Amino acid sequence: MSLLGKALVVIEKAVKIPLFDCRMCGQCILHSTGLVCPMRCPKNLRNGPCGGVLVNGHCEVYPDRPCVWVEAWDRSQRLPRWRDHMTRLNPPVDWRLQGTSSWVNLVSGRDRQVPTGWPTAGQGAHGLGVVSSLPPGENRDPGLGP
Amino acid sequence: MSGPPAPSPPRSRLEALLRAGHFVVTAEMQPCNGADPEEVRRHAMELRGRVDAANCTDNPAARPHLSPLAAGHLVAETGLESIVQLTCRDRNRLALQADLLGVAALGVRNGLLLTGDGVSAGDHLETRPLFDLDSLHLLRVAHVLRDQGVYLSGRVLSSRPSFFIGAVENPFAPPHDFRPLRLAKKVEAGAEFVQMQICFNLPRLREFMARAVDLGLLERVFILVSVYVARSTRALRFLRDVVPGIDVPDAVMARFERTPSDRQSEEGFRLALETVAALREIRGVSGVHLISIKGQDAIIRLVEAAGLLPRPDPDNGVPAPVQNGEAGQLPADLKAGLGAA
Repeated sequence: MSLLGKALVVIEKAVKIPLFDCRMCGQCILHSTGLVCPMRCPKNLRNGPCGGVLVNGHCEVYPDRPCVWVEAWDRSQRLPRWRDHMTRLNPPVDWRLQGTSSWVNLVSGRDRQVPTGWPTAGQGAHGLGVVSSLPPGENRDPGLGP
Repeated sequence: MSGPPAPSPPRSRLEALLRAGHFVVTAEMQPCNGADPEEVRRHAMELRGRVDAANCTDNPAARPHLSPLAAGHLVAETGLESIVQLTCRDRNRLALQADLLGVAALGVRNGLLLTGDGVSAGDHLETRPLFDLDSLHLLRVAHVLRDQGVYLSGRVLSSRPSFFIGAVENPFAPPHDFRPLRLAKKVEAGAEFVQMQICFNLPRLREFMARAVDLGLLERVFILVSVYVARSTRALRFLRDVVPGIDVPDAVMARFERTPSDRQSEEGFRLALETVAALREIRGVSGVHLISIKGQDAIIRLVEAAGLLPRPDPDNGVPAPVQNGEAGQLPADLKAGLGAA
């Protein structure tokens, strides 16, 4: 790593760890998750909360702490932008990037590299894009019921 | 039946029954703490003919048990269809892909892909949990293996696995307004059926289902809801306080607390019966998933008392559902989307 690269890691850590309890995954999606670092989730979830969230909104692994994803959902909906990002399907973590600067990876495009077998982001497995294309509240019920 | 025609034969009998419009019944099989295949077969034979498919859990509550792949294979050999659960807790992406192929090779027709309980719920607290992928990643990986015929790396398979892809969702856990969107994400990732968490809170479930309708999910995924047969107030309290993500409303708890201890088991059974009956009336609920602990007797009794028998004979094809009208309500033809992919 170049000296500049190392310096950026130091600066990024100095800024993001105190502010966001950042885990330096190197592929930052903070803006998509209400500025709550998803890597604080003990299950490393990148796509929303697990089913074990306690009735009071706390984490099943650390019952004294609020669930990271409950916070992410609440805060994401209060942000002026990126609210719809919570419905995006985020790709698997590239663990090689752990400890590197997400700023460098953003500029270089490295953080957008996904495994060959992972279909293009936004293009649903079923090709219909139900999540990304659907504004909340829009009724797409085709009236198949009684 | 509404919905577009299916472009491919169903991957499993469960899928065929759902597509035909049956109100299906699945159950959680008792996990085995040993290596005796007879124990698995005995559990399977108890359920065979009484439920349409049985779940083989994957180290439930983060406690090791007989492998779900082995159990799923043994169950399938008895003629009862199995649903093998795979969690992201104990396997990285290599092992998960290997096991997805293994599941299909062993004759298991359904996979249920989930994140998994944290290791803090179990009896090996010192272990290192993996969580390399999350459940949505795993759903997508299964879908890619099956329909694109490649590993996540892009390396090509020599033959494609076939299975019906299932997920779980918990409408009863916060953040409640995000849960239907999370199910939509799972459908996007590849889920074709979903088994939802144990339901004690019908109003909450109805809200979730209404939102699922709004999101157009009913014609993309089949939804089953779990029903638990509680044996006592103590068991219910344990479920509420110790098992993460279970919502037992105060009114339900109070109902049990009012009941004398010698009648609590009957009260639990009656609550389960009422829940099954209520679920059958909710639009978009395609079946129930029955759970009891310490033995399967309660499940067997419940299936009978709830009027869910006879089940379609597993040795014969898939008959038309007896109650017509159900079929029209639940088209959910998944293959519509798959054809477009």
